[in-house]
Amino acid sequence: MSQTKDALRVPGPDKIPLALIPVIALAALPLIPSLPTWVTLTVAGLAMGMMIFIMASGLTLVFGLMDVMNFAHGAFITIGAFVATSVLLPLAGWTQTDSLWMNLAALLPAILAAMAVTGALGLAFERVIIKPVYGQHLKQILITMGGLIVAEQSIHVIWGPDIIALSKPATLRGSFIFGDIAIEKYRVLAVIVGLAVFAAMFLVLNRTRVGLLIRAGVEDSEMVESLGYRIRRVFIGVFTAGSALAGLGGVMWALYQETVNSAMGMQVMILIFIVIIIGGLGSVGGCFIGALLVGLVANYVGFLAPKIALGSNILLMVLILLWRPQGLYPVAKR
Amino acid sequence: MSNLLALAGVNTHIGHYHILQGVDFVVPHGGLTVLLGRNGAGKTTCLRTIMGLWKASAGRIDFDGADISSRSTPAVAQLGIGYVPESMGIFAGLTVRENLTLAAREGPIDTRRLDWMFGFLPALKKFWHLPAGHLSGGQKQMLAIARAIIEPRKLLLVDEPTKGLAPSIIAHMVEAFRELKRTDTTILLVEQNFDFARALGDTVAVMDSGRIVHSGSMRELADDEAQQQKLLGLSLDAHQ
Repeated sequence: MSQTKDALRVPGPDKIPLALIPVIALAALPLIPSLPTWVTLTVAGLAMGMMIFIMASGLTLVFGLMDVMNFAHGAFITIGAFVATSVLLPLAGWTQTDSLWMNLAALLPAILAAMAVTGALGLAFERVIIKPVYGQHLKQILITMGGLIVAEQSIHVIWGPDIIALSKPATLRGSFIFGDIAIEKYRVLAVIVGLAVFAAMFLVLNRTRVGLLIRAGVEDSEMVESLGYRIRRVFIGVFTAGSALAGLGGVMWALYQETVNSAMGMQVMILIFIVIIIGGLGSVGGCFIGALLVGLVANYVGFLAPKIALGSNILLMVLILLWRPQGLYPVAKR
Repeated sequence: MSNLLALAGVNTHIGHYHILQGVDFVVPHGGLTVLLGRNGAGKTTCLRTIMGLWKASAGRIDFDGADISSRSTPAVAQLGIGYVPESMGIFAGLTVRENLTLAAREGPIDTRRLDWMFGFLPALKKFWHLPAGHLSGGQKQMLAIARAIIEPRKLLLVDEPTKGLAPSIIAHMVEAFRELKRTDTTILLVEQNFDFARALGDTVAVMDSGRIVHSGSMRELADDEAQQQKLLGLSLDAHQ
């Protein structure tokens, strides 16, 4: 009887990786001299993690579903940032007033333009560059690296080689003050946008038929085709959406750094690869947890031991892979 | 009896290997045809070629009067062909319900058909909300079959459904296929367990080295030990 009960018990999600976030945050607490500093670093880490998640989520789905490692993903991040810059700079009058509505009136079209352009470029990239090399990993690496170089040089041609300064909208500057604790407004926005993207992806993946197709396709795309679905169309949709999300992430990252340059996508790709490997290739939930862990570790270690900050995330990846070689949430594959 | 499926001179290459070397056989409408043969004879390749998962390099595959040899896998499936691969192909991270929901391509699951399926595949009802990866081997096989028949199909291709299953589960599987045979579904079954094949098969084709070396009625082959010895190199009674 108890065996039947055990068999019928629906297993809940694996909560251990989720618990790592509070565990790391609490472990850092005694090492950091003051509570306000800890709160500031924690929020900064979560915000950074959310932005990395936005940029990485598309790439992990593309890899999981299409078995394509797209090194040109960073180009979509950069292009998103530059397109938004092209919209925001002429609207500087709107972004630099203290009116939230005027700020939003400038920011929303910039985000939409960035997502539309990167989504359209992603669609073209999949059709022209990726499609001929499905299933050929070495060629994928070479051709997507080539795509990244071409994109960077095209950015030089269109926007010039110089770093462009990009100020945050006036209402997103400064901090919320709670006693001794200061929390940057922009970081709060980054957390909200990151959570919204995660919630949207979660709902699409778990509550819609397209989501069901994507989840099944990540496991076994051949079987999905054998059921009568044209998985290639799903591939195209996911690649386009992933590129658009990279564009959104590029806008968020550019406003966070307040500068835009042609190498910014490539620079952040290292963190993105760490995140998707930690999370489990193809796992959106794993990508989310991995991004938050990377954000937190980068901020805590950057504060406590700046000299090893660069290597801290690689160390985190090594430790997690020693514990779970397939990542935090391995995707079942046939 | 008319033929639902007919293969004529089908060749399949996988890389440099020439696997199917002119396969000719037919699957009559409404019955269960068993495809027998040793490991490596080309049985699985044959099913995969019919499904369009591997393209035939030569020959013709006629299904319901139309040549499907150049069609894509989704297009083949949409003609009403259900496929249960040797690996079962269940989606481990999806629940039993989600696996079946996905397979019901035409829309929501027909609850009357589901009740009918629960009658001979009761484990599915019991484990409805469980991720399929948590099912036992036999339960996964039942899910794979259920997924292929969640909507009426004209033809069902099933690749070694008894592989690795306990005898008690195989007996249950025989009953499930008997129930399926009562419907209008035509079945092409690749099998190595001869007891299972004999219990269910109406017609049989035997493959060897990428060719069909015998086809006829299952009853005739089951009664002819000399033929079994000749075709399979051992008595089919031992070939279980």
